[in-house]
Amino acid sequence: MDQTRAEPSIYTSDRKVGIIGYGSYIPRYRLPAREVSRVWKDGSGGIPIQEKSVAGLDEDVITMSIEAARNALKRAQIDPTSIRAVWVGSESHPYAVKPTSTVVAEAVGATPHTLAADWEFACKAATEALQASIGLIGSGMAEFTLAIGMDTAQGRPGDALEYTAAAGGAAYVIGPAEESMTVFEGSYSYVTDTPDFFRRAYEKYPEHGERFTGEPAYFKHIISAAQILMDALGTTPEDYQHAVFHQPNAKFPQKAARSLGFKPEQIQAGLLSPKIGNPYAGSALIGLTAVLDVAEAGDRILLVSYGSGAGSDAFSMQVTPALAERRSRAITTQQYLERRTEIDYATYARLRGKLMLK
Amino acid sequence: MKTTMTKPNTHDILVAGVGITPVGEHWDRQLRTLAFEAISAARKDAGELVPDAIYVANSLAPVLSSQTQLGALIADFAGLRGVEAYTIQAADASGGAAVRQAYLALQSGQIDIALVVGVEKISERPSAELEDALVMSGDADYEAIHGITTAAQAALLMQRYIHEFNLPENAFAGFCVNAHANGANNPLAMFQRAIEEKTYQKAGMICPPVNMFDAAPVADGAAALVLARAEVLPETPSHPQIRIAASSLATSTVALHDRPDILALRAASDSAEKAYKFANIQAKDVQLFELHDRYSIFAALALEACGFAKRGEGWKLASDGSINSDGSIPICTFGGSKARGDSAGATGVYQIAEICLQLQGRAGRNQIPDVQTGMAQCLGGTGATAATHILQRMDAS
Repeated sequence: MDQTRAEPSIYTSDRKVGIIGYGSYIPRYRLPAREVSRVWKDGSGGIPIQEKSVAGLDEDVITMSIEAARNALKRAQIDPTSIRAVWVGSESHPYAVKPTSTVVAEAVGATPHTLAADWEFACKAATEALQASIGLIGSGMAEFTLAIGMDTAQGRPGDALEYTAAAGGAAYVIGPAEESMTVFEGSYSYVTDTPDFFRRAYEKYPEHGERFTGEPAYFKHIISAAQILMDALGTTPEDYQHAVFHQPNAKFPQKAARSLGFKPEQIQAGLLSPKIGNPYAGSALIGLTAVLDVAEAGDRILLVSYGSGAGSDAFSMQVTPALAERRSRAITTQQYLERRTEIDYATYARLRGKLMLK
Repeated sequence: MKTTMTKPNTHDILVAGVGITPVGEHWDRQLRTLAFEAISAARKDAGELVPDAIYVANSLAPVLSSQTQLGALIADFAGLRGVEAYTIQAADASGGAAVRQAYLALQSGQIDIALVVGVEKISERPSAELEDALVMSGDADYEAIHGITTAAQAALLMQRYIHEFNLPENAFAGFCVNAHANGANNPLAMFQRAIEEKTYQKAGMICPPVNMFDAAPVADGAAALVLARAEVLPETPSHPQIRIAASSLATSTVALHDRPDILALRAASDSAEKAYKFANIQAKDVQLFELHDRYSIFAALALEACGFAKRGEGWKLASDGSINSDGSIPICTFGGSKARGDSAGATGVYQIAEICLQLQGRAGRNQIPDVQTGMAQCLGGTGATAATHILQRMDAS
């Protein structure tokens, strides 16, 4: 490491900030990984997950963000006009120019006195919005923000990513600690110029650097961010009841957890990738919703996202008694997981517009 | 076995220092930093001798790293700006070819000290581009143009071999098991885990009959040697002195279909024969053999070509344990290409460095006791180029 660079410092604020409400959304369709394998690999070779969630014909990041945001607002029970920022992180915004976030803000009743913007940082776009929310509320500039991570992820037909590129995500109402179901103790961001995965303008599918996406990309950033945050807070893996890491497949988050010293049971509740795949910007955040569905007051949770290009956001938070009071106000992530319609590759090709009709 | 220490003749070419770096996916290192690491290690081992010329062994940099002037690039980066330097390129045989060129230059008397560095930066490009680059070792006009890959070439040879000699199933397993057993003891190996035969048997096919464990991983790596004329080296060396007893290179057809007998590695046998003759030894005098097991079929064919087994019987040396560390002809004693990892054009330099460590008693947990004569042979592509070197400890004659 370059010795002339500054020492790492984590983000904290005098005014404590937390999660006021959370909500997830998973579309009902599931494409088993064996279907992708059947079509492209004659059914041979390993599969990285069991199945992935697929958006329906009339679903996109806007509609799905609204679903998740409404769930989050049901739990938050706040006046939507008090939301001062609506931020949506995604790799699949329906428009290249024209925000997703204004449509979502309008739909949930947050307009017009609000910030609204779409965030981009591959799979960590939305946790970046979470960091900014903590800043906005921590500084006293806002009472509430809505941070959403949602994707209808792209994977080139036949590519390794097609097994996992999935649809889904989560929305969070962020606000002052007094009203929170979890309180942020500190957060941290770790970023480098690492071109492991990208999609250029006007391209339909992303490209990736194969094994380069592993050690020097995902693992380096996730592990560095988590370790630096824990060191700064004086915490160790034993202090956490739950940990959620970005989930590009089933293996990576489990390996990252192991490397950091977490036990399998600590990541179990939030490990959704085997069942839904990788909804890119929604991945780590929807994992956290599954944890919040079961966590108890006093539990400590570590959340670490990863976005290609590359960087990780790490958050340490503690659960308050408000979580148990408010979580049953909306549909749980587990219920979304159970709402499942299996499809074959042909249906998937139709739903996702894989067939060139003209 | 003779134990009296013999002094080198003044015209002998000695290995004054070796430097080996781990083979693997070195995402954070460039071609030049990999080379520099090996050069630093070799020069340190050689008492910081300053080379008169640098021979860079590399095969893939023009395609994968867009560089064609590695001599000057690496000389400059290694703090040797101004020194005569160039690349020797003969596909995967580049390493042996570079040592051969250094040997000839030293023998000519025009230079006293040569630095050979084999370096390959593989993890620069996606695998499809690597595949394209690797198959450039074949005959582009007649082989690559039809879409054949190196694995497919090896598969053609292996299938013919299995058919021709009526081999039992998993006949090549022993090569892989031996390589991994030795790799497990080599802290610089890419794969440091021993495997059982059943792992080989269960491995998926890459290109039948070549399975995952018949193929060596191609990865980043660098190794270096400092070679010198005996008269410029101190009389009391810190390690037993190693002499290049023979250096030879031969070629054959690049395309497989041009060979009258595709199961005879003609370049390998020709260069081995020349080397034996020059060193005045026979195959039976070779105590360890670092051969080029890029695919396991090449290990069997090389053992036959170099006189360790009859035609069609090379595989038996693997199944009966003759190639193991305690066998009659140990091969891949640091893991070979299969477990140490194959750094394409650098492989030949790794092999010679590893033999030096064996002959000097510096091979760690892989040490073969009392070895005085070792042979290294690297193959370009399917064996169109074969470079063979015989090395001897100076107390052998």
